[in-house]
Amino acid sequence: MTNRSENHGYDGINSIEAVTSGLSKVGYISTPEISTAIYIAHHLRKPVLIEGPAGVGKTDLAVSIAKFLELPLVRLQCYEGLDEAKALYEWKYGKQILYTQLLKEKLNEVISGSGTLESGLGKLANLDDLFFSEQFLEPRPLLTAMRQQHGSVLLIDEVDKSDEAFEAYLLEILSDYQVTVPEIGTITAQIPPLVVLTSNNIRDLGDALKRRCLHLHIDFPEASREQAIVRARVPNISETLLSQLVRFVQSLRDKNVRKKPSIAETVDWARTLLLMHSTELDPKVVRETLNVLLKHESDIESVEKDIHSMVMQSVNQNAEGRLSSGYPDIE
Amino acid sequence: MAERILTDFIRALRSADVRVSTSETIDSAKAVAVIGYNDRERLANTLRCVLAKTPEEKITFNRLFELYFSRKKQSHDCETNYNQDNDDTDPFNIMDLLDNPSDANYALAMEHAGEEVGIENIRFSTQVPYYARQMMRALGVEELETKMMEAFSQKSQESEQEAQRLIEGRQKIQRKASEHVKRAFETFGAGATERFRNDILSEKRLSQMDSHDLARMRRLVDRIAKKLVAKHSRRLKRNRRGILDVRKTLRSNAGFGGTPFDLRWKTKKKDKPRIVTICDVSGSVARVVRFFLMLVYSLKEAAPDVETFAFSGRLEDVGSTLKSQDFTPAMDRIINSIGVSSTDYGQSLSDLKTDYWNKIDRRSTVIVLGDGRSNYGDPRSDLIAEAKSRSKRLIWLCPEPESLWGTGDSAIPQYLPHLNKIVQVSTVNDLERVIDEVLASYV
Repeated sequence: MTNRSENHGYDGINSIEAVTSGLSKVGYISTPEISTAIYIAHHLRKPVLIEGPAGVGKTDLAVSIAKFLELPLVRLQCYEGLDEAKALYEWKYGKQILYTQLLKEKLNEVISGSGTLESGLGKLANLDDLFFSEQFLEPRPLLTAMRQQHGSVLLIDEVDKSDEAFEAYLLEILSDYQVTVPEIGTITAQIPPLVVLTSNNIRDLGDALKRRCLHLHIDFPEASREQAIVRARVPNISETLLSQLVRFVQSLRDKNVRKKPSIAETVDWARTLLLMHSTELDPKVVRETLNVLLKHESDIESVEKDIHSMVMQSVNQNAEGRLSSGYPDIE
Repeated sequence: MAERILTDFIRALRSADVRVSTSETIDSAKAVAVIGYNDRERLANTLRCVLAKTPEEKITFNRLFELYFSRKKQSHDCETNYNQDNDDTDPFNIMDLLDNPSDANYALAMEHAGEEVGIENIRFSTQVPYYARQMMRALGVEELETKMMEAFSQKSQESEQEAQRLIEGRQKIQRKASEHVKRAFETFGAGATERFRNDILSEKRLSQMDSHDLARMRRLVDRIAKKLVAKHSRRLKRNRRGILDVRKTLRSNAGFGGTPFDLRWKTKKKDKPRIVTICDVSGSVARVVRFFLMLVYSLKEAAPDVETFAFSGRLEDVGSTLKSQDFTPAMDRIINSIGVSSTDYGQSLSDLKTDYWNKIDRRSTVIVLGDGRSNYGDPRSDLIAEAKSRSKRLIWLCPEPESLWGTGDSAIPQYLPHLNKIVQVSTVNDLERVIDEVLASYV
């Protein structure tokens, strides 16, 4: 078993602080909990299962890790009906047939020497292996990740959308970092990938899968972290507007809405407000741009009457000044 | 020692219903070897991601981690202090403890006494006095009592004072010991007590539930619902043997010039359960209805398609109310608005037929929950018969025991011939069994 940290791109994970600062360099504002999970995952060679509401940056975390470690990101998007042919490998049937056609002449030559049917078949059987070699193997994400020379980040996205059978199928890969192709043999990852699974809790994942993974629950960020995130993405926003809009979004999440605004939507909203040259929140602009945050007509209707008071609250608290974030500023 | 700290903590987690497997225990030891015990926040973050794997488990984890490691830390700090400062006294001697009554020394002594009496085995709050007594003995209280007796017997001014000092010291130690035991109970025993209470509650009559049982029932129902969902939400596609799906086969073999290498068969999906519940929300039945609907509406994943009708005098569709609002207030409103008029099964069933008959089709299981007491009105059992023939199954849940069916105004005997099944439901366990059976019938 190769120790990952010795000879390649996983060097970035040599301490928890290094993870935090590395992630912040690529624009991901981490928390101690997130960084610790990544650090432990690397040292224990364990996959991390990330759960949490939609739009809190679960997928983004995996993408950012790959970016900061400068490793290839291999992504497997799960969906109902996903099977091993699409996740692991497939034979290039077309190419196999094409080659057989092209080599027909050649094949005749090979067989022509043989006197009997048996010996002809024997010769063909030898050739058979030729068609089931790596040359004709179409690697799908899981196999690609296993074969990366310098390690990789394998993102298995929305694993809860796949079938239970596929979940069971993942177990071998997640615990031993190897896959078995019947015609070729077992392929073991030289450098095990750092595996990140995400789930939106569409269904409960099996215990067997959870047992093999570290579990990280990411919730909506607290105000100071959300400010840091928006600041990182929308650098030229004014501090006043930033703290007001974040406070408004946070109070919106406390309301009984069907789909709570995600971080991405906060960022979009910040961009929108910037485009409209707002320097402060005011009820009129909020009402006009609310559809950036809320995507259901019924949600918009239900908060419409509270907008005025919510905006006033967000603006008035502002007198207390900027929240000290504790999260690194990003240039 | 380090392993002991971890394994005891895992025992505490398990006792509070956090599932920790052996392999996770090993992982946690490995992770701690990487992280160390020095930074508390870091340790919490690490163990949380290794040991607690659902949001509920994380809440339990946070509570127990606070309880457990604040205690360990206190005694650990003292141990270091102690080794540096006073090498000549023995903190485990009760007399020295009286002479050096610092918090640190107390904490250390308690920790050692606790280990000696195996305090991590505590399960029930009634065991607190017992363990406190054991702790006192382990601390060496007998020695102190002997000294106290001696001091009393000497009858001098000085010895009188000494005895007073010993008595006060003893009281203080006793207080500390029982505090320690209580905390240990919170850590190790609270989970077991909780389970015990749940067991009692799941066999308690639903009609006798008090308002203070409600919060616990909510949790219990959630747990049952989770179990049922895990069992029934798999919707396996099953191959229909031997029937070729021509469209899919052509599509998947297009790459081979249409030569069918890869055959696809037609599959059959399991029917989604469709439940139509008709609930009598008058009087005593209302309580049972509350828990029944609480359970049914917690099953979203296994039974997404539920229609609910409530009646006493007339029948109304309450499905949308229950879906769109928080359960408890919605239920209160339904019971208070619909449950007040006098019960009329015949009228309610004909309301169902006039307005909602199309909600019942051959895929739906109709569940009627009521005592069948219709104030001597026409029970309209013909409508029940008709509903049965329209539906997949018709099940009647009756809160009354069989001996009361047919007594007074009970119309159960008239309905009986038209039912697929009748079940007496009086406890949560009964409800669980019924729902389990209903869901299992969809294959």
